[in-house]
Amino acid sequence: MSPVDTWHVPDALLDRFAAVDGAALPAPEQWSVEAHLERCPDCRARLGRAMATRSPELLAVVEDVRAGLDARISALPAPARRRWGARRLTGGLLISRLLACVAVLAAATLLDLVAASGGGAAPSWLLLAAPVLPLLGVAASWSRALDPAHELVAATPAAGLALLLRRTLVVIAVVVPAALVAGAVTEADSQAAWLLPCLALTAAALALGSITGIARATALAAGAWVAGVVVPALALQDTPAALEPAWLPVWCALAIVAAGVIALRRETYPRMMER
Amino acid sequence: MTVLSDPLAPTSAFAIEADGLSVRAGRHVAVERLGLALDTGVHGLLGPNGAGKTTLIKALATVVRPHAGTLRLSGVDADRGDLRALRREIGYLPQRFGFYPRYTAREFVEYLAWLKEMPRDAVPAAVDRALDRVGLADRADSRMKTLSGGMVRRVGIAQAIVNDPRILLLDEPTAGLDPEQRVSFRELLREVGGDTCVVVSTHLVEDVAAACEDAVLLDRGQLVFRGSIDELEAAADDVGDATASTFERGYSALLRDHRERVGA
Repeated sequence: MSPVDTWHVPDALLDRFAAVDGAALPAPEQWSVEAHLERCPDCRARLGRAMATRSPELLAVVEDVRAGLDARISALPAPARRRWGARRLTGGLLISRLLACVAVLAAATLLDLVAASGGGAAPSWLLLAAPVLPLLGVAASWSRALDPAHELVAATPAAGLALLLRRTLVVIAVVVPAALVAGAVTEADSQAAWLLPCLALTAAALALGSITGIARATALAAGAWVAGVVVPALALQDTPAALEPAWLPVWCALAIVAAGVIALRRETYPRMMER
Repeated sequence: MTVLSDPLAPTSAFAIEADGLSVRAGRHVAVERLGLALDTGVHGLLGPNGAGKTTLIKALATVVRPHAGTLRLSGVDADRGDLRALRREIGYLPQRFGFYPRYTAREFVEYLAWLKEMPRDAVPAAVDRALDRVGLADRADSRMKTLSGGMVRRVGIAQAIVNDPRILLLDEPTAGLDPEQRVSFRELLREVGGDTCVVVSTHLVEDVAAACEDAVLLDRGQLVFRGSIDELEAAADDVGDATASTFERGYSALLRDHRERVGA
């Protein structure tokens, strides 16, 4: 292809090209001018100026069309993109699944209120349920069985730790405030005592997920909580030791180790969705 | 295959290159020691039920990890290479896929475009174009749950092509489409196949005959035949149903020969 900057359409030629009346160029010369104009913005600009003097009526037609198009485009309804940001955040998280988590919280709160009105000193259902609830949400957002578009998502470049964390955070952002509100309603003594175990269990499930897959990992973490904390608490009819302040360092350590494992194994998450 | 013998040779131009590829579906080995090289064009993946078509497509889509052999996609080893960069070049329509019922068709394709890490500015126009190409421009703002089965299938095709993939994998794309839609889908296939490696799995032989340049025939996880449509038709013999098309008779004859060879 010839260099663009060595030759430009001479003024006289451009002037005749710009004229739409009788002085028109023979076809072969028109084509060669057109071929140059396609590649040369400078000559296109000069043509615009030449058109203004030689063929103002044609320019007026072009302007008319432009104005008409602009008016019609601006009259069209704006595309509905307002919900887009929210969609991206909550993609894969069905509202029904999140509502199910909140419903479990509400049930636990109700049981606590009933127990309190009866004067019983049973362990708080809310304390027992709250730490594992985000696990259910995370499992729901990241498993073949519960995310309807799982197969589609698994083949995309975004499938990986970042997307998993994003969905986990949305679940936590819904469940934790709801649990805090529930705690305020029941006026439990240590209403935030479950918060650290909750985060530690979630982190542990995500870490374990890099090996077993998220569905199995959340089931294991929830199972461990039920077997190790819920069952003894119900058997002894006492607040479980795991929720006492003495256990805080343990939960802290679990959360830190889990975070470390997640960071070390971050490259495996893109393949984690595979069977 | 000489192309594959030297691991240090410069990466070949093939979009898809499988060598000794074995893939499990659960415990069952659904694809067994498959050697296959596919390039730009529309390739029909044929075979009876249970031949391993879906499992092979899943492996090509990097959704299932092969348990033996090598798979190179656009010259990148799918097992050890940069999976994220690779997946940006892939479009995948699974045999069955679920959707988020409250999303509109446009939102669903947009969400997938975002997951495919397309440049933000390019997404709206690409989504409109993809929906237009599958003939759903007028239903773009309808909720997914209000769409018919055939329309949902077409939204699936739209999300597969939205990122202009270099490798397009379609598992039974015409299931649920009416005859007219199937004809326009074949046109779309030929159009996309001009600069993309398209693999279409189907059990409808007429789709392959009409839209594909060549056919890959699988049976029980093994490669039975790979060749042009003409070559497949040339394999037809006089055994069996005389009313069947040449293509169908070629297909049956190749399967029968293969089973006799394997059985013998």
